[in-house]
Amino acid sequence: MNLLEHIGKYTLLVKRSFSRPESHKVYYKRLVTEMELLGINSTGIVAIISFFMGAVITIQTAYNTESPLFPAYLIGLAARDAIILEFSSTIVALILAGKVGSNIASEIGTMRVTEQIDALEIMGVNSAAYLILPKIMALIILAPFLSMLSMVVGVIGGWIAGTTVGVVTTPDYIYGIQYVFIPYYIVYSLIKSVVFAFIITTVSSYHGYYTRGGALEVGRSSTLAVVHSSVVILLFNLILTQLLLS
Amino acid sequence: MIEVTHINKSFDGQPVLNDISVSFEQGKTNLIIGRSGSGKTVLLKCIVGLLETDSGNIFYSGQCFTSMNRKEKQKIRQGFGMLFQGAALFDSLNVEENVRFKLDMFTTMTPKEKSERVDFCLKRVNLAGKNRLYPAELSGGMKKRVAIARAIVLNPRYLFCDEPNSGLDPQTAIMIDKLISEITKEFNMTTLVNTHDLNSVMEIGEKVVYIHEGNLWWEGTSEEILETDNPELNDFVFATKIVKQLKKLDDI
Repeated sequence: MNLLEHIGKYTLLVKRSFSRPESHKVYYKRLVTEMELLGINSTGIVAIISFFMGAVITIQTAYNTESPLFPAYLIGLAARDAIILEFSSTIVALILAGKVGSNIASEIGTMRVTEQIDALEIMGVNSAAYLILPKIMALIILAPFLSMLSMVVGVIGGWIAGTTVGVVTTPDYIYGIQYVFIPYYIVYSLIKSVVFAFIITTVSSYHGYYTRGGALEVGRSSTLAVVHSSVVILLFNLILTQLLLS
Repeated sequence: MIEVTHINKSFDGQPVLNDISVSFEQGKTNLIIGRSGSGKTVLLKCIVGLLETDSGNIFYSGQCFTSMNRKEKQKIRQGFGMLFQGAALFDSLNVEENVRFKLDMFTTMTPKEKSERVDFCLKRVNLAGKNRLYPAELSGGMKKRVAIARAIVLNPRYLFCDEPNSGLDPQTAIMIDKLISEITKEFNMTTLVNTHDLNSVMEIGEKVVYIHEGNLWWEGTSEEILETDNPELNDFVFATKIVKQLKKLDDI
């Protein structure tokens, strides 16, 4: 199958996913469950990675700006902008593509190969909407919160690491993270996180939904979901950066 | 009643079903039999709309299913019940939630009414009290019975069973067959059972359709099947050693 066919099938599946639910109550219950599975259960990994990435960014910035020409508060400023602009949205999205994307593709893929999706269709349920829509909505709702969590924890990680290692003092770091602060950068980052959440859930669902075969193919779909989500995220990162920051 | 007219289906240019026309009557257990790879599962999947036919029509009580759009098909499918080969229960839901699923999706019944209906269906398949178990905790026969309970929960007009006895011991298989036959009469459904189990044919087959290499080769009743002189059907029916011996004794 060529790329255009994939895009066409993907578009039709997304369109089917946004159909009117058969039962709002059932869909609401599924939304809450998915919010827990995809969003709440990802807070731990997002917090841990953000903390250490914030720490590494701060230390690397400090060692690369060891010059009397650079004031120490620039370490905080550089760490803040790196975390807000790129890390908390794009890198967190790539992490989520690995964790959430593979989970979605393997869950839906297993349902496909064990005829559970056929069972839904036979009952007269729109399987695409029932399975995919709650996942899309859940991650779109929670991705901005995960992104904000990542920003806060990343900046805290940078402060703890920077002051512990002794490359920056607390007043310099605090001054740096407040210096020339542009609130729009946060809006830009949150917009990106919402778009990336949509990409992760829909691309992964697409791979799961069209799985054919058995356990081996489910694994293959899971891998493809992560790879393709990541590539599309990077592509849209470029497009959104040009659109939103130019 | 289900009517199939001139159905053709091929995969990658390879014909699987050739001009099949047959009707299945209401209130009867209709069996589709044939060797593995003969096309009977493809026929069943075409009838329920899981596979698109290349040509031909399928009518449900006179309504042309093949010309319906997705929404219309969804509507008519709410009157379907289907028992899949592997039961296809939803892994993340327990027995009660699996059976209640259609009630939650399509009815405005109160929780008490739903609970009573689920209990009735589970009792009907001899699984009363198993509400809290998950599919992973059930045996193969229990899974099939839960799938039957799920299929009948909304009083379907049509019941489809794809190899209901596969992977079951003979006694459990007979129990499942009897259950299918009983509920067909009880709910006055049009039931289609896809099988290659001859015991099922003799136990519950009121109308039997034999598919051979994608063609409708023979149709009749389970009594007629023993008297037929159709060589391919005879090869299929008398394939096992024990049945061959019985036939020899009978001939003597």
